[in-house]
Amino acid sequence: MSHEEKRPAANAGQDTLIEVQDLKKYFPIKGGLFRKTVGYVKAVDGVSFSIARGKTFGLVGESGCGKSTVGRTLLRLYEKTDGSVLFEGEDIFALSRKHLRAVRPQMQIVFQDPYSSLNPRMSIGQAIGEPMLTHRLCTKGDVRKKVSQIMEECGLPSYYIERYPHEFSGGQRQRIGIARALALNPKFIVCDEPVSALDVSIQAQIINLLTDLQRERGITYLFISHDLSVVEHISDYVGVMYLGSLVETGSQEALYQNPLHPYTKALLSAAPVPDPHAKRNRILLSGDIPSPANPPSGCKFHTRCPIAQEICASQVPQLVDCGDGHCCACHFAGAEVKPNSQREQ
Amino acid sequence: MAKFLVRRLLQMIPLLLGISIIVFFLTAMMPGDAVDAKVNPNMTQEQILHLKEMYGLTDPIPVRYVKWLVNAVQLDFGDSLTYLKPVTSVINDYMWNSFILSLIAFILQLVIAIPIGIVSATRQYSAVDTAGTVFALLGISLPSFFLGLLFQKIFAIDLQWLPLSGMSTAGANYTGFAHYWDVFLHLLMPILVLSLVSAGAMMRYVRTAMLEVIHQDYIRTARAKGLSEKVVIYKHALRNAMIPVITYIGFSLPTLFSGAMITEKVFGFPGIGKVAYDAIIKRDYPLYIGFTMFVAVLTLLGNLLADILYAAADPRIKME
Repeated sequence: MSHEEKRPAANAGQDTLIEVQDLKKYFPIKGGLFRKTVGYVKAVDGVSFSIARGKTFGLVGESGCGKSTVGRTLLRLYEKTDGSVLFEGEDIFALSRKHLRAVRPQMQIVFQDPYSSLNPRMSIGQAIGEPMLTHRLCTKGDVRKKVSQIMEECGLPSYYIERYPHEFSGGQRQRIGIARALALNPKFIVCDEPVSALDVSIQAQIINLLTDLQRERGITYLFISHDLSVVEHISDYVGVMYLGSLVETGSQEALYQNPLHPYTKALLSAAPVPDPHAKRNRILLSGDIPSPANPPSGCKFHTRCPIAQEICASQVPQLVDCGDGHCCACHFAGAEVKPNSQREQ
Repeated sequence: MAKFLVRRLLQMIPLLLGISIIVFFLTAMMPGDAVDAKVNPNMTQEQILHLKEMYGLTDPIPVRYVKWLVNAVQLDFGDSLTYLKPVTSVINDYMWNSFILSLIAFILQLVIAIPIGIVSATRQYSAVDTAGTVFALLGISLPSFFLGLLFQKIFAIDLQWLPLSGMSTAGANYTGFAHYWDVFLHLLMPILVLSLVSAGAMMRYVRTAMLEVIHQDYIRTARAKGLSEKVVIYKHALRNAMIPVITYIGFSLPTLFSGAMITEKVFGFPGIGKVAYDAIIKRDYPLYIGFTMFVAVLTLLGNLLADILYAAADPRIKME
């Protein structure tokens, strides 16, 4: 790809833990009498970014834009279609199954739905302890003690150890999910919408837990969310996804203060402001997100873009550095987008 | 737990009472009775009436029901009109033959269905899965009498490998091992028929349960933990998939004792299913009603057992 050198270099010069290069994940659509592949859902279509050790990369976008697929594919929970993922310089997709299992403890994931992601027939002590035993991070003798420690660290009283997932509240379950991931002492955790299923007050607790753990242990996060304010709070760098591609990446500050892509601008204009009297100038996008099985030509966003021109329908804009590692994939990056809706909240 | 059991057992009493009313009245209201069934053309009308009075068949149905019920609660279901002994002892005599047949068939059914179901689910749409599905559909759609007759034609008549019917060779009077071998050869075909026709449905059941579990988030979690595929499938997935299968097994247990009417009849196997079939044909209503009540009790106990197993297998369910 021609934009290889211009790939977001927001953290150039720093110690890179994970590097995603032109990652693609297509899901085949089967149809017809013999279940032949009749097309592909391009869930992730050429995504590149890197995350520095100990930092948080926030990935935002609408539902169905492929952000969860990015998280799962880069952990090789799905097999890739193309591209590469380097974890500490090693290509994850080049590892044998056995080697991959050995690397798994270093990269963990926290899922959106904390209930369905816990085995209903295992007590949480078993659920947290099982991978520790498998990867010989503890012995049968001290597994209980270690599990208790992790649980306390995640704000769960250790006497809950014998309980089953259904006996906990949503927030507690997410703490279990985090404790489970943390038990393996990972360097990298993909947080796949970890707070989207929780109450706002519980969301804050979980976010604080995640930031505390990062400070203490130097863990690197990929934080996936559709909630712009949560991502703003936790992230050092942010990527905005639309229909399987990154449209804008940059440091949290640059992206939120000075969004360059019209899609980012529209998203930010939709975020609620905690002031009931504030006048809001919103950029409303018309229409629905197009089907990833049949994405629009040229710039995928041109069908909904308020400033689209002729070129947008024919030429794919590349993600280019617009200064200080702030990258944008738009033919008119930084162009002013006039609000088309003005009202009091 | 004890409270739960007592309450469930007490709930069975009104249920059984209701079942007995329906079964007794339906049977009694059918035209014809045991006397009509074996009437001799030389008998006079008076003799027939006298016989009917003797068997208590001329009383109004409610009166007959109350008389029957008073005896039934003392576990006396009357005498069989064809075997001329108490219904309970007829059931006891033939039940165990059926039990041996059904138990072996049931175990074979599980041994066939569960592994194929698991492999079908873990390799969905593969050649193994397709073959398993074809096998299952064959089992589901072939009636046992057809498969039974087909087996008899092939293995007993054409190839002459196996005895045609019965449970042992008449007049052979084998002893010791020779006797068991003889019984085994007689059991082989009915066992195969019974297990093949039921394994198909069971296999589809296991496959569905397994497929549902495999796509759960916690299976993805298990993979993310870096567990081996074996542990993911057999420890995490299978244990959860087995919850509905265990319930299914609980429901199937009564059928072990109640016999397989059609298969036993086809193979002339002296089991309780064949006895019940003959009881209907010969209008041996005391035996037929007794057998039906026996099956009703077994079914209710099977439901209770399924509930207990369900709670034992799934920590989310508590018995209260």
